[in-house]
Amino acid sequence: MYLRNALRAATAMTLVATAAANADTLTIATVNNGDMIRMQGYTDKFTEATGIDVEWVTLEENVLRQRVTTDITTKGGTFDIMTIGMYETPIWGANGWLVPLDGLSEEYDVGDILPAMAGGLSHDGTLFAAPFYGESSMIMYRTDLMEKAGMEMPDAPTWQFIKEAAAAMTDRDAEINGICLRGKAGWGEGGAFITAMSNSFGARWFDEEWKPQFDQPEWADTLNFYVEMMNESGPAGYATNGFNENLSLFQQGKCGMWIDATVAASFVTNPNDSTVADHVGFALAPDTGLGKRSNWLWAWALAIPAGTQQEDAAKQFIEWATSKDYIELVAESEGWANVPPGARTSLYENPEYQKVPFSKMTLDSILSADPNSPTVKPVPYVGIQFAAIPEFAGIATQVSQEFSAVYAGQQTVEEALAKAQAFTAEEMEAAGY
Amino acid sequence: MARTVTTQRKTLNTALAWAVGLLIFFPIFWTILTSFKTEAQAIASPPIFLNFEWTLENYAIVQERSDYMRFLWNSVIIAGGSTVLGVIVAIPAAWAMAFVPSKRTKDILLWMLSTKMLPAVGVLYPIYLLFIQLGLLDSRGGLVVVLMLINLPIIVWMLYTYFREIPGEILEAARMDGATLKEEILYILTPMAIPGIASTVLLNFILAWNEAFWTLNLTAVDAAPLTAFIASYSSPEGLFFAKLSAASTMAIAPILILGWFSQKQLVRGLTFGAVK
Repeated sequence: MYLRNALRAATAMTLVATAAANADTLTIATVNNGDMIRMQGYTDKFTEATGIDVEWVTLEENVLRQRVTTDITTKGGTFDIMTIGMYETPIWGANGWLVPLDGLSEEYDVGDILPAMAGGLSHDGTLFAAPFYGESSMIMYRTDLMEKAGMEMPDAPTWQFIKEAAAAMTDRDAEINGICLRGKAGWGEGGAFITAMSNSFGARWFDEEWKPQFDQPEWADTLNFYVEMMNESGPAGYATNGFNENLSLFQQGKCGMWIDATVAASFVTNPNDSTVADHVGFALAPDTGLGKRSNWLWAWALAIPAGTQQEDAAKQFIEWATSKDYIELVAESEGWANVPPGARTSLYENPEYQKVPFSKMTLDSILSADPNSPTVKPVPYVGIQFAAIPEFAGIATQVSQEFSAVYAGQQTVEEALAKAQAFTAEEMEAAGY
Repeated sequence: MARTVTTQRKTLNTALAWAVGLLIFFPIFWTILTSFKTEAQAIASPPIFLNFEWTLENYAIVQERSDYMRFLWNSVIIAGGSTVLGVIVAIPAAWAMAFVPSKRTKDILLWMLSTKMLPAVGVLYPIYLLFIQLGLLDSRGGLVVVLMLINLPIIVWMLYTYFREIPGEILEAARMDGATLKEEILYILTPMAIPGIASTVLLNFILAWNEAFWTLNLTAVDAAPLTAFIASYSSPEGLFFAKLSAASTMAIAPILILGWFSQKQLVRGLTFGAVK
């Protein structure tokens, strides 16, 4: 009798504890960047309003990608919300791994999400992730050095102009490099940059039959141009430079120009961190006159893995975190320059935000990127600096390693392209394309 | 005939040892130094050595943003638990291999060590699926078992090496005096091998403390140790080196202090049997 009562009590207590643990706490996996960390600081306001607690798991981008991929493919159920990007969302949405974000409230105004972002985060017209912030890439340049070089940056320059300006701004004795660009291996690092650049030269990863295109002259033109310009005007060891290395160089006044994520604008114009904050201008990413610019498109977005026990609470959080009200909350506390950019049309219509120096160029860059038509010729894939197929990450990592070896002077452009062509063809054939 | 070592030679050796020691310690020293700089000072070129305004701001930010004590406690439980469990399993195994060897003992030892050559990521999915089935995801118990299994070959190897130095006749004498197997291991072998066991425990505690692959992949909130704490400050888009250094310093501080106080034991254990 005693044993039976004890068992009943233990079962009841376990049920109560489990229910309490499940009902009120959301576990969210996210990346460590300024906007996401800022959001964590405001989570108390969400909890106050809804009674829902939030636990954050913050990880470095690559670790996060591996962690959430493992969890979602095995249906681990560790997270109620995941921070994912434009590469993962359409693939995971197509696989049925994400909860469709339909039925969002009217106040949320889903139509206000920038079309380029909504398109990149959807599959077959269904939105699977809500953009927390979006970015493209653009030119950030030193206005003082440009003036000293006797040149004027157009709003929409060509690669040829950039090459000439870089040479004119370079002053090796003063440790000033005319241009700083990503060269680091990795599909999201140097791989993303060179792919976006190649689009403006008319190159593409695959033709309509999914045949790799590294044996085409456009890729050789892209790489030869990049290597020649960087050897002439880039920093020493650029083969290992990524976003952070170039940010550091630019902030210390050692770059004349830097083409990278629009989100960097707030870093280089922040006088607390940047020694050149007052001398930074912005321009659209360059082109070659073929009708496509070399800017990319990316969004960090919040998605709900299928199978979560807390779908409603998760939707509530996503509505709060990606809402117009959240943007205003940040603007009130920390100023308009610190609100998450690139997600909502209304933000760019706001007169206060229009005063932020990089707001117009960020919007123009985002609007000029079309993930469905990334390059000059037609392609069978979606994505600008990537092709949204599961095999891409592995292939592009290998290809970018070959390219980095060229930047480091370890092989020629022709050798790298031949290896990239052979490797990609083999992988695509093995994957059944 | 004893070899004479000149004073000059001694000084040279000492200087060389210090140089190597300082070289190895320099990255840790630089991390600690960076943790007291501002983000702008942290990336300054040329690097600033000591001539900067020291600040505790990074520690304050890290403390405010993260529940350090929760991560620390998880690290202590996971590293301590896996080490204790590993030693409990390894002592009988090492005893058997050292004192009652079979034809295959050497092969088994080599096979055990060979499992360390398997890349961890190769078994990530099977272990992740097992953890889901057993409800062990994000639990300290699950990680204790996994880290114990990962470090077990090293524990067994180290203990086997120490046990081999102990004369078998002593254990035989105990047996003749009527000691049971349990008494033989507990009251005769273990006390004699204390220096070896201590250094094994210390080394495995450090290995488990620093383990980052499994602790990052199998935890989320409840069981996340200090490796996850550090990972939350690393970012490929944004220069947060000073904050990352503060987080790293806080994560390595306990193990540095432990290593400092137990260095004699550690060195003695690691060089046990090296010179005959």
